[in-house]
Amino acid sequence: MSAGAPGGAEPLLSLRDVRKSFGAGADRKVVLDGVDLDVTAGSCVVVVGSSGSGKSTLLRVVDLLEEVDDGQVLLDGEDVADPWVDADAVRARLAMVFQQYNLFPHLRVLDNVTLAPRVVHGMRRKDAEEAGTAMLERVGLADKARAYPDQLSGGQQQRAAIARALVSGPELLLLDEVTSALDPELVGEVLDLLLSLRTEGVAGRPTTMLVATHEMAFARDVADEVVFLHAGRVHERGTPAQVLGDPQHDRTREFLRRLR
Amino acid sequence: MTAGADPWVPSPRAAARDAFRRAQRRRAVLVASVATVVVVAAVVYVVTTAPGWERAREAFFSPERAWEVLPEVAEGLWLNLRVWVVAGVVGLVVGMLLAVVRTSRIPALFPLRVFAVVYVDVFRGVPLLLVLLLVGFGLPALRLPWLPVEAAFLGGLSIVLCYTAYLAEIFRAGIESVHPSQVAAARSLGLTRAQAAWRVVLPQAVRNVTAPVASMLVSLQKDSGLISILGAVDAIRAAQIATTGDYNFTPYVVAGVLFLLVSIPLTRLVDAWSARQGWRGELRGVSGAGVVR
Repeated sequence: MSAGAPGGAEPLLSLRDVRKSFGAGADRKVVLDGVDLDVTAGSCVVVVGSSGSGKSTLLRVVDLLEEVDDGQVLLDGEDVADPWVDADAVRARLAMVFQQYNLFPHLRVLDNVTLAPRVVHGMRRKDAEEAGTAMLERVGLADKARAYPDQLSGGQQQRAAIARALVSGPELLLLDEVTSALDPELVGEVLDLLLSLRTEGVAGRPTTMLVATHEMAFARDVADEVVFLHAGRVHERGTPAQVLGDPQHDRTREFLRRLR
Repeated sequence: MTAGADPWVPSPRAAARDAFRRAQRRRAVLVASVATVVVVAAVVYVVTTAPGWERAREAFFSPERAWEVLPEVAEGLWLNLRVWVVAGVVGLVVGMLLAVVRTSRIPALFPLRVFAVVYVDVFRGVPLLLVLLLVGFGLPALRLPWLPVEAAFLGGLSIVLCYTAYLAEIFRAGIESVHPSQVAAARSLGLTRAQAAWRVVLPQAVRNVTAPVASMLVSLQKDSGLISILGAVDAIRAAQIATTGDYNFTPYVVAGVLFLLVSIPLTRLVDAWSARQGWRGELRGVSGAGVVR
């Protein structure tokens, strides 16, 4: 399956008319209002939109951390939103990186990385640590393997979280505002790493990504497709040049203007 | 999108998922019920087929005897409840004061701070039973004319001494759990140290320790029964007296049931109250905190 193959290949992930609301009755707030989205294996889709537009909820729905009200979440054609699907098995095929890193503070960096390989994928400690060390090397943290998360800078913590997400070879990497909590001078190291995951990949395969971000530069440089989400609806989608360079909708123009 | 105008009608797919989830919930209820019935049946079987069951039932679960002694034991419980309320109020107030003194940095309070540390160390470290015996038999030996020597007073005093120390430690943990940046924010607004403590730190400290304080108060309620050691006629002592004639232990069971009748609703009440206040620790304010499947 080639990256971003037009038409031909079936997408790895498809959302069809996904709806999600929180609360009930008068307090009910619609967060996703019929979202359609496709991610082809090997490609990178970037979701942009102001805070509250539903970006994070969209990613959490894909990772089955939220139950949808309606619609389909198709992973390789299987509707994983159905409650009779084994959600743990689905989540084991995906990986998510969070805005606040969410490293486990009681575990060393290497143990953070090897937890899922050992506990979920049944690897022996020795093999898991080998794979974990290789992955920490890949993200440039080989010397921090024995450190605890609170001994690292924000950028290092986020790179460790990315290593933890990638070590089990996920089919799809979900990135939720991964640079938003970082000091400005630390954003670069994380974005550089994500860029290299696209160009060089891991073990020669570019990482398939679904990204929610405020970093327009990242969207411009890395995305195969940019999706503009507003009030739980996709208002515009296309190549970065189309959506960011020549937006067709007023909402998109307004959003981009306010970023400058 | 206009608020309120949501034309969404659940699809057949959503309906099927809901039906599945409902079926799962029904199954969970069924499993829970069957498990409960099996466990209860097993306990009942083991107890009722025990060789001594007939005699034990007579000695511990005689309905007539229970009915007879109920007024006396209930009257004893009234004393427990009074001791509980007074000891609880005094313990809360003094415990809070000790915690504030101990965490304050005011130089003039240094002697009080030392006293607080020593006091807490001593009364947290000595068994409550021992304090009861020493206070109950030691203080009257001093023959101070102004000191009441009723067993209920001395017993209550012992309980207050110990529980104040426990509560002080809980409040201290609560005060120390409030992040220093909160004090910085308050001081930067111009609040004095005392104002910052009273308006910003203490309210948050109290919220953080509601659950452990509540469980302390529940355990204070049952420990109020220890005053019977000194001869105060509380529920336990009343039950004890009632058993002496005929070696029928039903009064103890009656006393136990009465204690439960007070403490179980109390625990539930505190749980419901703190849940309503949204005081349940880490989860407050986190959206979508529960992973569903």
